Amino acid sequence: MQIPVLVFVLKRIGYMVFTMVAVSLLVFLLLEVNVEGVAVGVLGPYSTEEQRNLWLEANGYFRPAYVRYFEWVSRFFTGDLGHSVRFNVPVADIMWPRLWNTAILGFWAMAIIIPMSLVLGVLAGMKEGSPQDRAVSLLCILTVSVPEFATATFFSAVFVFGLKWLPGISAMTDGFDWVQLILPVAVLVTYDFGYVARMTRASMAEVMTTAYIRTAFLKGLPYRIVISKHALRNALIAPFTVILLQFNWLLNGVIVVEFAFAYKGFGALLLEASLNEDIYLIEACSMVAVFVAVSTQVLADIGYMYLNPRIRFK
Amino acid sequence: MTIDYNETVLEIEGLCLSYFIRAGEVPAVVDFDLKLHRGEAVGLVGESGCGKSTVANAIMQYMGNTGAIVKGKVKFMGNDMSEMSGEQIRQIRGKEIAMVYQEPMAALNPSLSIATQMTEVLVFHEGAAIHDAYERSLNMLRDVHIPDPERLMESYPHQISGGQQQRVVIAMALLLNPSLLLLDEPTTALDVTVEAGIVELIAELSSKFGTSLLYISHNLGLMLEVCDRIAVMYSGEVVEEGSVESIFSNPKHPYTHGLFGCIPMLHTDKNAHPLVAIPGQLPLPHERPQGCYFGPRCHSFKGAVCDAEEISMSKIGGEDRNHRVRCPRWEEIKKDDSINRVVAKKPIDTGSTVLEVENMQKYYVMHDNSLGALMTGKRVKYVKANEQINFRAAQGETVAIVGESGCGKSTFAKVLVGLETVTKGEVRLEGVDIGSMPVKSRSPELLSSLQMIFQNPNDTLNPSLSVGMQIGRVIKRFGLESDPAKIKDRVLQLLDSIKMPRDSYFRMPRQLSGGQKQRVGIARAFAGQPKTVIADEPISALDVSVAAAVTEVLMDMQRNYATTLLFISHDLSTVRYLSDRIVVMYLGQIMERGTTSEVFSPPYHPYTEALLSAVPIADLSVEKRRIVLEGTLPSPLDPPRGCPFSTRCFRKVGNICDEELPPVQFAADRHAIACHIPLEELEAVEPVIKLPDRDENVHRDV
Repeated sequence: MQIPVLVFVLKRIGYMVFTMVAVSLLVFLLLEVNVEGVAVGVLGPYSTEEQRNLWLEANGYFRPAYVRYFEWVSRFFTGDLGHSVRFNVPVADIMWPRLWNTAILGFWAMAIIIPMSLVLGVLAGMKEGSPQDRAVSLLCILTVSVPEFATATFFSAVFVFGLKWLPGISAMTDGFDWVQLILPVAVLVTYDFGYVARMTRASMAEVMTTAYIRTAFLKGLPYRIVISKHALRNALIAPFTVILLQFNWLLNGVIVVEFAFAYKGFGALLLEASLNEDIYLIEACSMVAVFVAVSTQVLADIGYMYLNPRIRFK
Repeated sequence: MTIDYNETVLEIEGLCLSYFIRAGEVPAVVDFDLKLHRGEAVGLVGESGCGKSTVANAIMQYMGNTGAIVKGKVKFMGNDMSEMSGEQIRQIRGKEIAMVYQEPMAALNPSLSIATQMTEVLVFHEGAAIHDAYERSLNMLRDVHIPDPERLMESYPHQISGGQQQRVVIAMALLLNPSLLLLDEPTTALDVTVEAGIVELIAELSSKFGTSLLYISHNLGLMLEVCDRIAVMYSGEVVEEGSVESIFSNPKHPYTHGLFGCIPMLHTDKNAHPLVAIPGQLPLPHERPQGCYFGPRCHSFKGAVCDAEEISMSKIGGEDRNHRVRCPRWEEIKKDDSINRVVAKKPIDTGSTVLEVENMQKYYVMHDNSLGALMTGKRVKYVKANEQINFRAAQGETVAIVGESGCGKSTFAKVLVGLETVTKGEVRLEGVDIGSMPVKSRSPELLSSLQMIFQNPNDTLNPSLSVGMQIGRVIKRFGLESDPAKIKDRVLQLLDSIKMPRDSYFRMPRQLSGGQKQRVGIARAFAGQPKTVIADEPISALDVSVAAAVTEVLMDMQRNYATTLLFISHDLSTVRYLSDRIVVMYLGQIMERGTTSEVFSPPYHPYTEALLSAVPIADLSVEKRRIVLEGTLPSPLDPPRGCPFSTRCFRKVGNICDEELPPVQFAADRHAIACHIPLEELEAVEPVIKLPDRDENVHRDV
């Protein structure tokens, strides 16, 4: 790897660490500076003043905030994320499996969304204004404009209650089951592919009007070469960033789908933690969410650099 | 290889091409004929929107989704292209007919290396092996005189200069030795000295390979240098065609006359021969009048003759058998009919010194964050945008600042108006040093006395304010008037003086044409009655006839207000025509300064000499010495240690040029040349441009 590229990557990672530190400070300030709130969260609203003070004293909460912050951060690194009040198990024991479940859901959703939207977007953008463009655009607008809860209800009505092909609940109580994954993935794909496809279409349509595509045609290159070699490469730069942003959405935006199908994922966990003021669980979940957000950004920047030589070689 | 120069390469017969849009059919090209023999160069001249590029696209059979040939034929090597299959067309594109484009940067794919883009032509046309294709591309790059072609092959388009990009595009076009090369404004986006190199290269290659050329340009001077025959287009049709000699010495069509009246000729100046713009505007394709399309703008228009029926081309006879013109009255109309109506204008009296620049220096600080710079500790670099700038301008005087892009002209303008402050030295406006005064700390009086006109009129007018508001605001802000009625009165007077209808007071910028916007820009600059106006390339984005009108408006305004005008430009023929003094800049330094006639005659600075040689001149009688500069402009981050021009100078005397800054020698009182060559030697240099004797306004050895 060339030196400038290495510097670039290191810089990006530096920014990422900086962002993580800033966010962790914010989370800590919001949730733990008011120690009373922590005690209420842990001991419940019916605890007495004395019980709370005793608990706070016993757990070192009367020490200065910065000491507690550093302790909190260092515990994070050792993997000790605290104890979930709601589930009465260590946070790590409940959060990692849930994250894994969401990863499975997200993986399959993305595995369909990416190829589908890119192919549709490129087909539409290749010939702006053509029947294929109009058909794709219409489909995308239709699917994007229907919210997830409506699609979930609709799919359930058709496939669960009408045709009775699929189970309506994806709780996977008896272990992993492919069939239970179909509906949540279908809802996610339906909701999201249109957006990415629209982005790809716009980017492709723009590239097709550029002078260098004209040059490629007038050089006498075959149509498929102009598209695959000259247009795609440039047209995929913008959707690449958009796709990486979808990972954030899959982590936090799946709450509706997970809730609708009782899927035991990260989004549902976050919802439950917030509703029950399960402080340690909220903290851990937020940090994981931020980590995913920031690291996909770093990936997006690095990938962008590789796709776009104008940034790679100054 | 023997070349048969009688072979017809391209024949276009009665071509009519239309675009079919929602509003209906828009005819873009009407009844177009062209015959091109092997090795011949034909030019298509005309202003934007006249259908030149559409013709090129038709030849390539590349008309987009909406364009279609309605009538007529395009025959390539005797074969009708409309009967060819898609695959046959593809085979012809790139192999038999190749194209060079206006913007080389846009024409090359930004994310593929030069090697990929060149070799694929060979791979997909001839099935060449990649190694073989690479070798042949490399040789082609050598043919277009690119230094270090091996390194260039691995570069991406954005890493090389504009001139080199255009050489790559030309090399790519010539890889398969096509019979026909279409050049669509190939040098318009390039600097003059780069343009001269490209023009020479194309001529060299076409004679070497026997390639026929179809040049498309709006630049008459360039056409004269590169073409055998030219066709003048107006509103989708050819109005006059013939050999270059015949058209330039004996133009027949009133539009051709008009075009010549719009370009500054070397033997005239702004007072004796003001430019004559063609009145009116190009008609929209669906609003073309009956009969002659040029009729409504023509001085020699005669009802019943000109607007009766469709006008066909007629031969004029004479030396050039093929000189044809589309005008029913060509026998009665003389070229001078339009030119002679010009009334000479009184020269402006120049007064005392208004602007004085002394040892001005402007450096930009750049922070280098690369690892190498971090380790060596050289993190701060200086871009030496301006160095040792000295000059004076008197009231009513026009001083031109000339140089190619990157020479620091615009930085200088920014310092004057206060967008930047000097690093060193003084800039005095009527004795007050304003060099270190940023625009925010300048008083309204000072602001109003120093105004600027910008290059691109589309970007400089506020799109959401009407014309009247924009100009009125200036008058109010600078405290000239406060009563709304009086402000409006002043704005209307200004509109009169820029020759715009009074009802444009309520127009929004988007409702105006480019030339009208630039006029509003001029009115806005003069609204505060400034002592000095800086015009940064005010006409270079405009069409020939529009530029002429705008130039005259600018000159009239300057005359009315006795304003000092700093005219920043790269176009030496315009500069020659309207300025009193010229400052030639290169890489941030002044190479030569003096009165216009001093700069245009020996002793020259070698750079001035090259610049003068590079200017295309639309005049058959002018003799010009050719000088083509090698190499590219050095980076202002790392300029040569000695004379900035030393890396490209063709008169270099030795190491002293690389090592030492040249002394400033005075050939006359205020004619300064920064060069190591003794004045006597520079004095002995033959003039670059020689004019024949004329009855009036003799400027021999201009």
